[in-house]
Amino acid sequence: MDYLLGAEERKASPLARLTAFILRLALAVLIPLIAFFVLYQGFLFLRAGNAPKGLITIVAIIWGVGGVAVLYWIFNWLVEMLPDQWVARLQPFVFIGPAMAILAWYLAVPTVRSFIISLFDRDGLGGAFVGLRNYIEVFKNRQMLEAFRNNILFWMGIATPLTVAFGLLAAVLADRSRWERIAKSLIFMPMAISFVGASVIWNFMYEVKPVDAPQIGLLNAVVTGLGGQPHAFTAWTAIAPFNNLFLVIIVLWLQAGYSMTLFSAALKGIPEEIMEAARVDGATEIQIFFKIMIPYIMPTIITVTTTIVIFTLKIFDVVWVMTGGQFGTEVIATQFYRTSFNARNVGLGSAIAIVLFVAVIPVMIYNLRQFREVEAF
Amino acid sequence: MTRLQRIRGPLLVNLALALIVLIWTVPIIGLLVSSFRDRLSIQTTGWWTIFPHRAYVASEQLDPRAEGLVVDEENRVIEIFGTRTTFDELRQGIEAGGRRVQWVGNWRIGKVEVQERQWVTNWKFSLDNYRQVLSGKEFVYTRADGTQETIPGDNMWSAIFNSIAVAVPSTIIPILIAAFAAYGFAWMKFPGRRPLFILVVALLVVPLQIALVPLLQFYRGLQLNGTYLAIWLAHTGFGLPLATYLLFNYISTLPREMLESAFIDGASHFTIFMKMILPLSVPALASFAIFQFLWVWNDYLCALIFLGGNKDMMVVTMRLANIVGDRGQDWHLLTAGAFVTMVLPLAVFFGLQRYFVRGMMAGSVKG
Repeated sequence: MDYLLGAEERKASPLARLTAFILRLALAVLIPLIAFFVLYQGFLFLRAGNAPKGLITIVAIIWGVGGVAVLYWIFNWLVEMLPDQWVARLQPFVFIGPAMAILAWYLAVPTVRSFIISLFDRDGLGGAFVGLRNYIEVFKNRQMLEAFRNNILFWMGIATPLTVAFGLLAAVLADRSRWERIAKSLIFMPMAISFVGASVIWNFMYEVKPVDAPQIGLLNAVVTGLGGQPHAFTAWTAIAPFNNLFLVIIVLWLQAGYSMTLFSAALKGIPEEIMEAARVDGATEIQIFFKIMIPYIMPTIITVTTTIVIFTLKIFDVVWVMTGGQFGTEVIATQFYRTSFNARNVGLGSAIAIVLFVAVIPVMIYNLRQFREVEAF
Repeated sequence: MTRLQRIRGPLLVNLALALIVLIWTVPIIGLLVSSFRDRLSIQTTGWWTIFPHRAYVASEQLDPRAEGLVVDEENRVIEIFGTRTTFDELRQGIEAGGRRVQWVGNWRIGKVEVQERQWVTNWKFSLDNYRQVLSGKEFVYTRADGTQETIPGDNMWSAIFNSIAVAVPSTIIPILIAAFAAYGFAWMKFPGRRPLFILVVALLVVPLQIALVPLLQFYRGLQLNGTYLAIWLAHTGFGLPLATYLLFNYISTLPREMLESAFIDGASHFTIFMKMILPLSVPALASFAIFQFLWVWNDYLCALIFLGGNKDMMVVTMRLANIVGDRGQDWHLLTAGAFVTMVLPLAVFFGLQRYFVRGMMAGSVKG
C-alpha cells in the first residue's frame, strides 16, 4: 500500500525536496513543450509538402495523437529507470504534469493576461495604461448596455426559466407515456445540431416574403393563413426589444432536450412508494407534482438552471448568425467578438471578457463548495 | 376514478407530448424536405406543399379572341363565364363558377387559362442542391427569364475533411492527456494534489472567451494562426478541465482491491494504467469523446478565430455561416448545406445515444 501512496515526503532532505520540485516542474513543462515542438515540426513538414488534403488529414491525425502517446511512454520510461524513491516522487508528474501545464497555459494564464490587457488601451500591452477606463466604458457604452439588458432580461430572465419549465414538462409527460423513448429522442435531437445549423433551420422557419407572394417560411405562412401580416420576426424592430424572443425560441428548441433528459433521470429516482402513498392519501396529480416531485428533484433543477444560465451568458453563435447583433439583439459575447476582432480594441474587448468571467465566479464558488462536500480528498 | 378519467388522462398526456414532439421535429423536417427541392420550388412554394393539398391546376387553355371573350379591345375588358373583368384583374386570376381563370402572357398573344381546384402534391425532388453545395465547381443557373447566373460551389466536401481533421485530434488528444491526469489524481499521492484538482474544478466554468485574445497573440508570435495545430491545442486546453473531472469521477470509483493486487504482482503505474484502467474506463472515455467530438464539430467561435485567416481550412460551420452571410436567400443551398453539417452529428447521436446522453449530462458545466 505504501507504494501506491508514494514516498513519505517529510522524510526527505531539503536538497532532495528542492530537486524533486524542480524535476516535477520540468516534467510538467517539458512533456507538453516537446510534444508541441514535435507537432509543430511535423506541421511545417506537412505544409511544405503540398500533399493532398485527405492524406494531410490522416497523417495529421496519426501524428497528433500518436506523438502525444509516445511522449508519455518515453518520459515514463525515463522516470522508471530512476531509483524507486524517485520514481514515486516524479511519476505522478508524468501523469498529471502535462494536463496541468496545458490548463495553466490555455486557461489560467490567459485569464490573468486578459485582466492585465484590460487595463490598457486598444493596442493591449503595447499601448498606454488606462487603468479602469475600459471598465467604465463597458458600463457606459450604449451597445454594451443593450447587451446587458438582453443577456439579463431575455436570456437569463426568460430563456432560462422557459427551458427549465419546458424540459420539466416534457420529462413529466414522457414519464407517463408509452412512447417515452422515441419522444425523448426526438426532443433531444436538436442538441446534436450546431448553433449555426440551428440558425439556418430557424431562419428558414422565420423566412418572410412580400405580402402578395406565397410565404415559404412556416411561421409566416401560419400567420398569414390566420389573416395576419407577414413579418421578418428577428428583424421586427417595431416590437423591439421583444424581437429577441424569436431568438430565445431557437435556444429553447436547442436546449429543452438537455433539461428534459436531466429531469427525466431525476424523476426516475423518486421512490415509487412515496408517490403511491400520496395517491392513497388522496393527493391530486397537481399536488403530487408540486409537493413531492419538485422538492425531490430540486438539486437537478439547480444544476440545470446554473448550466443554462452559464450557457446563455456566453450565447454567441445563434445571435451572430441570425442577426449579427442588429435590431437590438446584441449580447455580451457578440460585443466581445466585435470589439476584440473587428474593431481590434483589445483592451476594451478583454474588459468585456473579464466581465463575463466575473459573472460566472458565483457558479465557480458553488462548484467548489459542492466539490468540498462530496469528495473525500 | 371514473372510467372516463382513466382513459382521458393518458390520452391528454400523449396528445400534449405528441404536440411538443411535432413542434420540435417540424423545423428539421422542413429543412430536410427543402434540401431536396429545386431552387425555384423552394422560393415560390412552402415545403409543406409536398403534402396533398387543394390547389388550382390548369385544365384547359382558351384563345380569348377566337372564343370571343374580349368584349372591349380598347379598354381591355373581358367577359368570361358570365363575369365581366379587366385585363389587369384577370392577370392576377379571378374565381368564377367554381373555377379560376387567369390570363397568362401579354395582351396581344396571351391565353386564358382555366384552372380547377384539385388535390395536388409538389412531389419533385433531386440531389442537385447537394451536388452544388458539396463540390467546389461553379454552377450556372438559368433564371425563368432566360438570363444566366453563375454561382460558385461551396466546396463542402473539403470543409467536411477539414472538420474531421480538426475534430478527431481535438477529441483524442485531450482524452489521452486527461486520462493520465485523472489516473494520477485518483491513484497517486503527491504534494499539491488537492490544490491542483481544485484548480481543475475552478476552471470548469471559465468562459473560453477570456482566453481568446491572449492565445491569439501567442499564436501570432509563433505564426500558428490558421493551422490545425492551433485549433487542436485550443480545443485541448478548453476541453481538458471537463475531461479530467469526468474521467477522475469515473476512475476513482474503480475498485481499489484490483489495483492493489496488480501492484503486488509487480505491475507499474504505467502498465496498470494502460492495461487495466484504460480498458475499464471505455464507457467514460466514450461519453466524453462523443461530447467533445460534437462540441468541436459544432464549434463556430474557435474556428472563426483560430482558422479564420485561412480559406482552405474552413470547417463546416464556417462554410455554412458564410453561405448565410453571402447568399442568405439561396435556400436551396442553405438547406442542403445545413443538412450536410448535421449528418455526422445526427448519425453519432442516433447511433451512440446512450453515451451521448451520459456525456451531455456530465458535461453540462463546460466553459
